[in-house]
Amino acid sequence: MSSPREGHKLLEVRDLRVHFPTEDGVVKAVDGSSFALDRGETLGVVGESGSGKSITFLTVMGLINRSSARISGSVLFEGEEIIDASAARLRDIRGKRIGMIFQDPMTSLHPMHRVGDQIAEVVLTHTGASKKEAARLAVESLAEVGMPSPETRARQYPHEFSGGMRQRAMIAMALVLKPSLLIADEPTTALDVTIQAQILELIDELKEKFNIGVVLVSHSLATIADVSQDVMVMYAGRPAELGARDQVFQDAQHPYTWGLLESVPRPDVRVERLIPIDGQPPSLITLPPGCAFSPRCRHVRPECTAAVPELRDRGSGHLDACIIEPDEKTRLREERLAALEAGA
Amino acid sequence: MGRYIIRRLLWTVFIVLLASILTFLIFFVLPAGDPALRFAGKQPTEELIAQARVNLGLDKSLPQQYWLFLSRLIGGDEYGWPGLGYSFHTRDAVLPELIDRSRVTGSIIVGGALMWMVIGVPVGVISALKRKTFWDRGLMGICLFFISAPVFWLALLSLLIFWKHLGWLPGTGYVPFAQNPGQWFAHLILPWCILALLYAAIYARLVRANMIDVVSEDYIRTAWAKGLSPRKVVMHHELRPALAPIIALFAIDLGALVGGTIVTETVFNMQGLGNWLLIAANNNDLPVTMAVTVVVAAAVCILTLIADVLLAIIDPRVRLQ
Ligand SMILES: Nc1ncnc2c1ncn2[C@@H]1O[C@H](COP(=O)(O)OP(=O)(O)OP(=O)(O)O)[C@@H](O)[C@H]1O
Ligand SMILES: [Mg+2]
Repeated sequence: MSSPREGHKLLEVRDLRVHFPTEDGVVKAVDGSSFALDRGETLGVVGESGSGKSITFLTVMGLINRSSARISGSVLFEGEEIIDASAARLRDIRGKRIGMIFQDPMTSLHPMHRVGDQIAEVVLTHTGASKKEAARLAVESLAEVGMPSPETRARQYPHEFSGGMRQRAMIAMALVLKPSLLIADEPTTALDVTIQAQILELIDELKEKFNIGVVLVSHSLATIADVSQDVMVMYAGRPAELGARDQVFQDAQHPYTWGLLESVPRPDVRVERLIPIDGQPPSLITLPPGCAFSPRCRHVRPECTAAVPELRDRGSGHLDACIIEPDEKTRLREERLAALEAGA
Repeated sequence: MGRYIIRRLLWTVFIVLLASILTFLIFFVLPAGDPALRFAGKQPTEELIAQARVNLGLDKSLPQQYWLFLSRLIGGDEYGWPGLGYSFHTRDAVLPELIDRSRVTGSIIVGGALMWMVIGVPVGVISALKRKTFWDRGLMGICLFFISAPVFWLALLSLLIFWKHLGWLPGTGYVPFAQNPGQWFAHLILPWCILALLYAAIYARLVRANMIDVVSEDYIRTAWAKGLSPRKVVMHHELRPALAPIIALFAIDLGALVGGTIVTETVFNMQGLGNWLLIAANNNDLPVTMAVTVVVAAAVCILTLIADVLLAIIDPRVRLQ
């Protein structure tokens, strides 16, 4: 067992693969994913439904049942390998050193337990704190996430909360023991637009305050744009593009990212209508040969289907998995933008 | 809560009255023979029958007769309270026999129910947790067997084995607890098992299905994400929502069994309520029929009331109104 040492990343994932053998074939939910995250940073993760976002981070949490999946690669959390850690070791990490919140706050809290008790349970599980002390910490944590009258709220049940308040309670639960990593899997998808912004702002605030690493998973680039330092675009279980926020937003290198950007309303580009990406996500059982995006790519060429493209660094940590030369891509991107502005 | 319970108790009174009126009407609308005829002796003359009719109160109009039944019930009669009269068939007072027979049926049901919950719930939980494994398939196969096996046949077979062949058990019949607790237990163990096996099988399948639904709920994923041990996840997060829907069913099943353990009582030769109802119906025995009806209706109402209150305590989303 490696003990946490100085100098390592908070989270470092290398060539992660999560394959589910099923009756129809092996579902390659995650198929060679690599990325890293530091404390104090937010990694925004975007991709279509089924691109393996949740499976990637459930694996990081050690929540994928090893009997139902074949997992390979490496997940280093604070220098410690998660992939082959014992169940007891993983339990120790979950909730204490990594907190996780989910898409639907309406269903993610236990309907039959008081909110305060649900938060206190994390404390009681991981520390020797007394019940009273745990309850106090739960109330404190609720106050931390901006819950009005936290003492009263702690005694209430989830059905007495609004959606936004429930997500705040989930955040309070995830952060009650001050973990170093928060994984937020589409934390705002199920919420009203006005509440979405509040929750994102809260997560950002708490990240600064506690200097934690945050993974923010979302369907859309727009959601993560304001709060992410790094962005990973996933397609069919792998990163298509990975880089600093400005690199990905200003200088996108992958045609799939272009498609995503074009389907987001942007103040700086006037478009007549939003262009959804053509076609359907591929079957994860029989992936297209070569680049998995090639069947949907407008710029596909014969080389694309020859081999699975590696993630390549375009300089200064901006990686992408498209084999088209950068100059050529700049030209293609300009053409696309021009076409958009013409209202094509 | 208090007001709710009072309202439900008033409702219970109403249901019991309704059930008794219905039974009363059915008794007269579908006569299986004149009770007075039987009462009039071996060589009934017109006068004897008429006399019997007067004695039994059958000469009065229906509303009058029902009123008489009701005023006795509420006010009591010479045999005590509630007034239930005497059997047309045996001419014995109904109330003391009702109490004796309630003890018999109560012993069967309470022991059986305890047993079926103690077996059924863990079997369902284990099956769900070991889903699709050897254990799950084996246990569910056994359940299916006990659900489809006729109770009558199972009961006789078990008597044959444990009483006749092995001689482990003292035989059939009922021994009151007050008379000899050991014998009481020895005589009841087999009826309990027979009753429990069927229901345990049904409940195990229900609990399994509920558990399988619950384990894929989002809040269970949250429980795992908190780093809880598997034992805590099951005991503290999965069991409650999986068992909550069982409570209402349990109450209804218990209530129905108050007058419904006929097969078990017959095979094991126990003089319980189900048996009595059967004999009463066969003999046009109005007072006994009415007495059992009242007990069953009241039992079902009160048990469902208890179930509803319990559910409201377990599940904070349930409002009592
Ligand atoms: N146990 C499993 N067995 C087989 N396939 C699975 C299993 N779990 C997940 N998958 C598949 O893996 C793929 C990736 O799922 P994942 O939940 O990670 O997608 P996602 O990117 O989070 O999508 P969404 O945006 O809808 O949440 C999906 O196609 C899903 O069907
Ligand atoms: Mg997901």
